[in-house]
Amino acid sequence: MLVAAGLSGAAAPSGSLKLPASPLSEDERVLHALNRLGYGPRPADVARVRQMGVAVYLEQQLHPEGLSGNAVRAALADYPVLDASTAQLVRDYPQPTQEMRRQIATGDLTRRDLRERMPLGQRPPAITAQLQAAAVTRAVLSDAQLEEALAAFWFNHFNVFSQKGAVRWMVPAYEREAIRPHVLGKFRDLVLATARHPAMLFYLDNWMSTRADLIMPRGQNSSASAIPRPAGRAMGLNENYARELMELHTLGVDGGYTQQDVSEVARCFTGWTIDRPREGGPYLFRARAHDAGSKRVLGQTIPAGGGERDGERVIDILVRHPSTAHFISTKLARHFVSDDPPAALVSRMAATFRSTDGDIRAVMTTLVTSPEFWSREAYRAKIKTPFEVVVSAVRALDGRLEVTRGRAGGGLPAGGGLALAREVGKLGQPLYEAQPPTGYPDRAESWVNTGALLGRMNFALSLAHNRLRGAQVDLVGVIGTVDRTQPSQVLDAVLSAVLHGAATPQTRTVLAAQLESPEITRTTGDDRVASDTDVEKLAALVLGSPEFQRR
Amino acid sequence: MHRCTRRSFVKGGGLALVAMGAAPRFVVRTALAQSRAARSKVLVVIFQRGAVDGLSMLVPHGDGDYYGARGNIAIARPGAGAEGAIDLDGFFGLHPSLSGLKPLWDERRLAAVHAIGSPDTTRSHFDAQDYMESGTPGVKSTEDGWLARGLAAEPAPQASPFRAVALGPALPRVLRGDVGAVAMTSLAEFDVREVAALAGGLNARQGFESLYEQGVRDLLHGTGRETFDAVKMLKAAAPQRIQPANGAVYPRGRFGESVRQIAQLIRADVGLEVAFADVGGWDTHAAQGNERGQLATRLKEFGDGLAALDRDLGDRMGDVMVLTMSEFGRTVRENGNRGTDHGHGTAMFVVGGGAKGGKVYGRWPGLAREQLHEGRDLAVTTDFRSLFAEVAVRHLGTPADPLFPGFKPSGYPGVLS
Repeated sequence: MLVAAGLSGAAAPSGSLKLPASPLSEDERVLHALNRLGYGPRPADVARVRQMGVAVYLEQQLHPEGLSGNAVRAALADYPVLDASTAQLVRDYPQPTQEMRRQIATGDLTRRDLRERMPLGQRPPAITAQLQAAAVTRAVLSDAQLEEALAAFWFNHFNVFSQKGAVRWMVPAYEREAIRPHVLGKFRDLVLATARHPAMLFYLDNWMSTRADLIMPRGQNSSASAIPRPAGRAMGLNENYARELMELHTLGVDGGYTQQDVSEVARCFTGWTIDRPREGGPYLFRARAHDAGSKRVLGQTIPAGGGERDGERVIDILVRHPSTAHFISTKLARHFVSDDPPAALVSRMAATFRSTDGDIRAVMTTLVTSPEFWSREAYRAKIKTPFEVVVSAVRALDGRLEVTRGRAGGGLPAGGGLALAREVGKLGQPLYEAQPPTGYPDRAESWVNTGALLGRMNFALSLAHNRLRGAQVDLVGVIGTVDRTQPSQVLDAVLSAVLHGAATPQTRTVLAAQLESPEITRTTGDDRVASDTDVEKLAALVLGSPEFQRR
Repeated sequence: MHRCTRRSFVKGGGLALVAMGAAPRFVVRTALAQSRAARSKVLVVIFQRGAVDGLSMLVPHGDGDYYGARGNIAIARPGAGAEGAIDLDGFFGLHPSLSGLKPLWDERRLAAVHAIGSPDTTRSHFDAQDYMESGTPGVKSTEDGWLARGLAAEPAPQASPFRAVALGPALPRVLRGDVGAVAMTSLAEFDVREVAALAGGLNARQGFESLYEQGVRDLLHGTGRETFDAVKMLKAAAPQRIQPANGAVYPRGRFGESVRQIAQLIRADVGLEVAFADVGGWDTHAAQGNERGQLATRLKEFGDGLAALDRDLGDRMGDVMVLTMSEFGRTVRENGNRGTDHGHGTAMFVVGGGAKGGKVYGRWPGLAREQLHEGRDLAVTTDFRSLFAEVAVRHLGTPADPLFPGFKPSGYPGVLS
């Protein structure tokens, strides 16, 4: 039996992962896995993972098929844009017409009139709102936590800005088709899927990039153009995508390319465009717009006449370049290990990347089985982003998300995930709305500042006092059967539920001192119980504490 | 050099932390009194993120090659109806959307530097912004920003928590470092909210404050302490109640909101020395527009915001200087999509009572192909560091050495009187 299990180990769904020795205690390892590879524990998670064992949990997370259950599916049914095609979204969520906008500008039409004719819930901003709500909902509810974390990571890596032109209708399909299928797959597939996706083609302007000497004939693409395009107008090269493909998606800014490479790569991608972008059309290779000449990219010649394959050749060259293995490994290690990840770990991940032809699951396996990941230095070393703070707080307090439908929104789902997504935005990370192609930063200095800390404290207060519509936290459930007339017992229950033993002695002392203030207890109105510990305040203080800002 | 600033005090640990015990409240009080007695100089820095097309913002209408390179997106010569460039000196003109700045030029309080930029030729937004903020072009390992270094080196024993403020959700690179700069999106919301319906008048702020007061030396706790210093001071000064003066009207949107709040902080005398705001939307790869269009809309907001700030502050502009910047310029020739790609040199403005305005500074390199950087971009004839150093040293009075390590300007552009 043992021999058989050993032989089939490579394919076995569990138990084959070998974790290194670690200075962390077993409980710390459980917490580290839950905090670092996902959005923190829900109340039952710590015991569940402890019972199944960290290695088994990690194995599941690396093979998440079937983990995201019915509860997630049911909750996402509130957001129809997730399954809609771009063409359908263009039809269902139209922009106000030119004429309406003109009338608003001249005052002939009030914003209220416009809202009556075109309810906000049926206009493009409702698409982004649903996506934002769905992102929070998935992260809060899904058991495939690593898959969610990687979906956010890769979207941010291949960022598109939902407010740029026609991109607003393309983002649901982009996440669904270009990002999510590949989060643990081959890196090349991710690059190719994003390169060909209308959202990326539009966001980084490649859809308009043509060979330098092209004259657009009359009628070509005219109705679909973002800009007035008179017949017979000269087109030409646009370097935007070519540059970001190398700087941000693959090689990294120091990856060893030149301005000449940027121009040559842009030539290779000419003709990679969108069929009718304003109507939600698909990717299209337009041979007439392609620069058919030979090109030279990073020292390699791409012979003339390659057509659509030129771009694929470029992607092959880039994903196999050692700079890419190093750059992608650095970014993953920065996200999952520490702001300045150990060089030895990065180079082992990069070696895995190269030997597996960019297999993300294999690279992540190297990461989670590394001594660096389980080191004392990495434990709780990352500062949470706003998204991570909000989601982990809701999970810690066992929050329930309830979608409400306000009349004002004209059918726009409100509350629940959307209320929480708005909080994420207020803390500085509006989802799907990072304008620059770099996406959001992944280092502590970018998220820790005076204004942001206040925002986090205020979010903690709102959440713990159930002031966020449709995001109900269950403090009674969190503290269990503890007697609320015994403040120090309540404190211990809250600390253990939210921080799982990670509170410093100083924090415990400060909070215990708070218990002595008359404000922490309050009259209940019930004569039989004189006073009652303010669990909401305690929970808010703990969620806003320095410890909870770390993962 | 003695560099024990408030922030290094907070984060330096050891004995300094013990000595900090009761200090913050004292610091706040004296700073308030101090700043009211002797108003110090203020520098307002505006970063146009995304690389503004300097050739559309400050139009070289006297250079014939400009019109040759831009068939669709050039700004027409002055005199071409109401829509052309606003002539400044017979060679340069303002984009017509910047008409709000013309009176400042006429009053000699607006100066410009053209063909300015970085000695580093990167065309990466990210790297170029980073270099312009760290002040060390080509060196990525620099951890702090040039403004933070300048302020930290200036002896300020009783510095206000509002000495350096950035409007926005994140602290920009230029203010990271040893000055304890504050980042905020809204003056009115810069506090711990009271949850009103709670019985017993609970004071959550005090609870959070004590949590962050513990003597741990890390980014979170240090920032937490600075946060509560700042909250208390702002409560006392209440700048958010100050209305725009002199009929100033700020443009709608985030940028207008940022400069309006900067004016409030200046007028509330909270000890502000450096304010920072950024404004995006300049990365015009396609459909850039000419006198009208995408770029024109962004420039209108930008110019109207600066003009409103100047008007609102009135006489205080004698102590205030505004410096605008952008990471690089854009290609001289328009691209295939009536836009422009990443280039090199661009234009920057200096506004204020101390400016020697009414002049465009810097040597004009020309726009003929052989005069361009790499055959495509406006060449850089003024290193941005020499302008920034002049403003920091001569306006704010910071020492020159820590600003731009390894850089010795051959001379300042001379924009300050």
